[in-house]
Amino acid sequence: MKTFFTVLAGSIAFFLTIAMVGLTDWDRPPLAVQQSGFRGTAMDQIHTRAGAAETKAANVAPAPADPAEPGEELAGATYENVQVLKNVSVNEFNRLMVSMTEWVSPEQGCTYCHNTENMADDSLYQKKVARRMLQMTQHINESWKDNHVGGTGVTCFTCHRGQPVPAHVWFTDPGPNRPGGFIARNNGQNLAKASVGLASLPYDTLTEYLADKTIDNNAIRVNATTALPTTKGKPIQDAEKTYGLMIHMSEGLGVNCTFCHNTRAISNWSQSTPQRTTAWHGIRMVRDINGNYLEPLTSTFPTARLGMLGDVPKVNCTTCHNGQSKPLNGAQVIGPYPELAKSTETASAADPAPADPAPTPAPQ
Amino acid sequence: MAMLSFERKYRVRGGTLLGGDLFDFWVGPFYVGFFGVTTLFFSVLGTALIIYGAALGPTWNIWQINIAPPDLKYGLALAPLKEGGLWQIITFCAIGSFVSWALREVEICRKLGIGYHVPFAFSVAIFAYVSLVVIRPFLMGAWGHGFPYGILSHLDWVSNTGYQYLHFHYNPAHMLAVSFFFTTTFALSLHGALILSATNPGKGQVVKTPEHEDTFFRDTIGYSIGTLGIHRLGLFLALSAGFWSAVCIIISGPFWTRGWPEWWGWWLNLPVWR
Repeated sequence: MKTFFTVLAGSIAFFLTIAMVGLTDWDRPPLAVQQSGFRGTAMDQIHTRAGAAETKAANVAPAPADPAEPGEELAGATYENVQVLKNVSVNEFNRLMVSMTEWVSPEQGCTYCHNTENMADDSLYQKKVARRMLQMTQHINESWKDNHVGGTGVTCFTCHRGQPVPAHVWFTDPGPNRPGGFIARNNGQNLAKASVGLASLPYDTLTEYLADKTIDNNAIRVNATTALPTTKGKPIQDAEKTYGLMIHMSEGLGVNCTFCHNTRAISNWSQSTPQRTTAWHGIRMVRDINGNYLEPLTSTFPTARLGMLGDVPKVNCTTCHNGQSKPLNGAQVIGPYPELAKSTETASAADPAPADPAPTPAPQ
Repeated sequence: MAMLSFERKYRVRGGTLLGGDLFDFWVGPFYVGFFGVTTLFFSVLGTALIIYGAALGPTWNIWQINIAPPDLKYGLALAPLKEGGLWQIITFCAIGSFVSWALREVEICRKLGIGYHVPFAFSVAIFAYVSLVVIRPFLMGAWGHGFPYGILSHLDWVSNTGYQYLHFHYNPAHMLAVSFFFTTTFALSLHGALILSATNPGKGQVVKTPEHEDTFFRDTIGYSIGTLGIHRLGLFLALSAGFWSAVCIIISGPFWTRGWPEWWGWWLNLPVWR
């Protein structure tokens, strides 16, 4: 009996070791490493050369359409029911419509949004969503230019990548429905979800930190600001939620923690890299997009497009970044599409409720 | 210096690996040998260079002195002296003196006709150090991946290197290494406690023999590993701790560039429940 169990345990351990080594998708040199800190601080971005090339190839921005012929006629005057792009010339308007089809619904074509019998018809929900998305794109390129998207800007392609629904949207994760038993409550953690890179950390941190536009600006900050405790401070569960969010950001951008932080003092702004400021504003931008542009579309979307809890598909860092610190290899996508760079509506039809860009973080 | 009466008979000629009889002598209680000379050379030179590096730096604060490796752009080439070249020479001196010391231990073992367990144990520690400053930097393509020489700066390096893989506690070899470190201290404390309890009996009683020690552990956990066995176990635990530490850092970067939590995908992908 003793021999039997020894052999059994030995073979289980043996096969698990084989599985562990054999099923793992190991990397191997040569590596492509970027140093971002002073020498010897180990603030480096580590990728394999093959992996870096693969990521680069998977994130190529499409060539912009040929420039439109100049024309005086405005789309708003020529076509019916043009609300957002009414002050754009007809030629530019048509050029953008063709580009949008290539960016968002290359297989489905114009009919994905339009009733081809009557292009002005708003009966398809996709058209109403697309209109709001145009406003959102203009808002991102205008209001978030200084703090996050810079001169690079975004177009529909930045998120959609040739798909009607971007590959990286997310919904609130209600977790498993366990009526009772030994682990009836899991505190929203310990499920090895991809949203936190398979860690045991809380897997639905995005709902709290990225979907709530009214959240306290310091909700994510859990580090003490004094050397010794003066108050009770935040619970360790909050630190784990923050850690979960940070893992999402790292994976979404294809970077590690040292891209923004010198981890000897994670919360200290003066020891952080400039990228941390961009990321700080990025969090506010995502909340702005989710809260002001996507949430209000909840009733526009059909039920099939909504999440398990009836929530709207939302964006996070991965939606645009797709595993790169600069989306689409940093291509300047907005230049050829000036009509997407700022609001093209008249003052009377102003963009409803655009959030103010967030203030610069106070140095600590 | 003082020498115990029986010690003289162990001072025997021969057993040297290099240098023949030339360095086969003692200075006070210390055996010299060829590798004693090289140990002294490398350690004095290395220490002097560390002091020189400190003098070049902005501080004499013992905690903050920092001799950093070169920028990654120098790859596996030599760097200018004040931009990491010093670190490279100091690393060379450190390895030179550690290896010399181990070989000196080998010579002493040969003189005494004992096994090579001590130099072997020390070699595992050297291996862990060499993993950090030679093997891993070499695999990653730049000396700049070595750790900086400084009390606080090397800790900052450890922190950032851990966070390069998002959550280092998920590194399986790190898990093994940490477990072995804890087990080593646990085993050592049990062993130390047992020896002290056997040699410190109550007043008026005689010191107890290993039979008492064996009986204690047989009565408590059903098994006693024995007097020789406990030292074999201790050596195994301690060397395993050092060995898996070396493994855990060699695989971080060269063979795994993502977050360590993701590595555990193999468990989720087991064909049993995939």
